[in-house]
Amino acid sequence: MTRRSPWTIAIQAVLIINAAMVLVPVLLMALSAFKSTREIFQSPFGLPAVWSLENFHKVWIEARFGDYFQNSVIVTGGSAAILVAFGAMASYALGRFQFRGNDLLYVYFLSGLLLPIRLAIIPLFILMRNLNLLDSLWSLILIYAASGLPSAIFILTGFFRTLPADLDSAARIDGAGEWSIFTRIMLPLVRPALVIVTIYNIIPIWNDFFFPLVFIKSDRLKTLPLGMTTFFGQYYTDYAALFAGLTLAALPVIALYVALSQHFIRGLTAGAVKG
Amino acid sequence: MQASRRLWLVIFLAPATALFATFITYPIFSALAYSLYAWEGIGRRGFAGLANFVRLFQTFPYPRLLGNAFLHNVIVFVLTMLIQNIVALGLALLLARGPWGTRVYRVIFFLPVTLSLIIVGFMWALFLNPVFGIVNKALAAAGADWLVRPWLGDPSTALVTLTLINAWRWLGFPTLVFLAGINAVPDEYLEAARIDGAPEWDVMRRIIFPLLAPSVTIIVTLTFIGSFNWFELPYVVQGLSGPPNRATDVLGLMFYRSAFGEVDTGLQDIGIGSSIAVMMFIVMATVSTLGALYLRRREVELG
Repeated sequence: MTRRSPWTIAIQAVLIINAAMVLVPVLLMALSAFKSTREIFQSPFGLPAVWSLENFHKVWIEARFGDYFQNSVIVTGGSAAILVAFGAMASYALGRFQFRGNDLLYVYFLSGLLLPIRLAIIPLFILMRNLNLLDSLWSLILIYAASGLPSAIFILTGFFRTLPADLDSAARIDGAGEWSIFTRIMLPLVRPALVIVTIYNIIPIWNDFFFPLVFIKSDRLKTLPLGMTTFFGQYYTDYAALFAGLTLAALPVIALYVALSQHFIRGLTAGAVKG
Repeated sequence: MQASRRLWLVIFLAPATALFATFITYPIFSALAYSLYAWEGIGRRGFAGLANFVRLFQTFPYPRLLGNAFLHNVIVFVLTMLIQNIVALGLALLLARGPWGTRVYRVIFFLPVTLSLIIVGFMWALFLNPVFGIVNKALAAAGADWLVRPWLGDPSTALVTLTLINAWRWLGFPTLVFLAGINAVPDEYLEAARIDGAPEWDVMRRIIFPLLAPSVTIIVTLTFIGSFNWFELPYVVQGLSGPPNRATDVLGLMFYRSAFGEVDTGLQDIGIGSSIAVMMFIVMATVSTLGALYLRRREVELG
C-alpha cells in the first residue's frame, strides 16, 4: 500500500480537491471580511490590499453582534449546565439503583430520541405564552435542556452501568452520604462521557435558529443565528459588513473545533457510531 | 434507610422527569390533539374530528401546496443520497486505506458540520449572487459561460443548488460514519481475502459492503429525517414562501407558514398546521422505526 503508485497519487488528488472545496469558501469568506465592498467586487479572489478591521468594528458595535453573542453564550451555557446536571443525576439513579419502573422510565426518556420536538412548536408556543416566558432567554434554555435529556441519559446511563458494583457499596459502608457518593466518586469517573454529552449538545444549541425565531421578538434578546437574519436584512448591500458578520459568527466555533477536533468528531457522531 | 433511599431516588430523578414531561411529552401529545380541533387564530374551538385533515387533502389550495412541498422533500432526500452519501462512501473508502495525511483530512472534511446552517446558507447566498457572486465569476473565468446563471433565482436550479449547499455542510458526517464502519471490519478478513488474491472490487463487494450495512442504514435513516426536517436553509437563503414560485417550498416552510402566518396575508391556520405536523410525524416515525428494526435484526444475525 505504501508504494508510490499512480493509485497513491490519484487518491491524494481526490482528497486534496475535496479539502480545497471545504477550505476555499471559508477562506474567501474570511478574506472578504477585511476588504471594502468595492474591493470584494473588483478582486474577489485576491488578498486584501489593506488588512482593515473596520468591518468587524462596525458589525460588533452598530449591528449589535456583541449582544447577540452574549445571548448565545448565556443560552448555550445555561441549557448545557442544566441538561448535564439533571441528565447526570437521572442517569445515576437509572444506572445504579434498582427500583420498580426503572426500565420503563429509561425507555420513556429514550423515546425522546425519536420524537421530532419541532413538530410540537404550536403547543410549545402556547405553553411558553401561558408561562409568560415568550421573548425571554428562559424559553430557549428550558426547551434546549429538555430536548437534550434523552441523548444525555442514553450516553450517561450506559457509562454508569459499566462502573464496578462494589464502588458505591464500599463508600456507603464507610458512611459517605448519597450526594457525596454521586459528586465525589461517580461523576469524576464518567468525565469522558460528560465531555461527549456536552459537545453533542452545545453545537446544535449554539447553531439553532428555529426556536429563537419562534420565541424571541426583541432585538436585544436575539441569539447569534437569529440576529444574523436581522443583520442581513439591514446590511444587504454592504457586502464587506456581511462577510465580516459571517466570519465573526463562524470564528468561535471554528477555533473551538480546531482545538478539540477529535472530541468534536467523536461527540457529534456519537449517535451514529458505536463504541 | 429504605425511606431515605426512596427520597434520594426522587431527588435524583424528579428534575429531569419534570423538565422532560413539561417541555417534551406534554407538547407532543398536545400537537397530536390540536389537529383534531377547530381553531380561530390561536384560540381553540370545538372538537372537529378529522375535518382539518379533510381540508388539508381536499380544499384548494392545500392539496396542491402539500403535494408540491412533499415532492421537494423527496427530491432533496434522493439527491442527497445520490450526491452527498455516495461521495461520502467514496471518500471513506479512500481514507480507510490510511493515505498520507488521513488525520488532517478527517479534521478538514468534518469542519463544515460544526458551522451553523445560517452561516453556511448566507455565505453561499453571497457567493451565488447572480451579479457579484464569485461562483459565476469563477465559471466565466474558467470559460464555462454557459453555466453562468442565477442559480438560486431560476426555478429549475434553485432546489438542486440548495441541496448542494446542504451537502457541502454535511458531507463530512456520513464520511466519518462510513469510515468508522469500514475501520470496524476486522483486518484479518481483508488480509485473508487479499492474500488469496481477491481483486479489490471483490473485497469491497463481498466483505466491506455487507459489514457496512448498519452504517448505511443509520445514514439513510438520518438523511431521510434530515430531508423532511428541512427549514433553515430554504428559509434564510430563499424566504418563507419557498421562492422562486414555490420551487424551494418544503413541508417545514408550509408548516411554519400555517402555524405562524403567511408572508403576504398574515393568515394563520393552526388546524392545517397541526395536521401537517401530524403527517410529518407519522412519516418520520415510520422511517426511523423501520431503520431501527432493520438494525436490530442485523445485529442478531451477525451477533
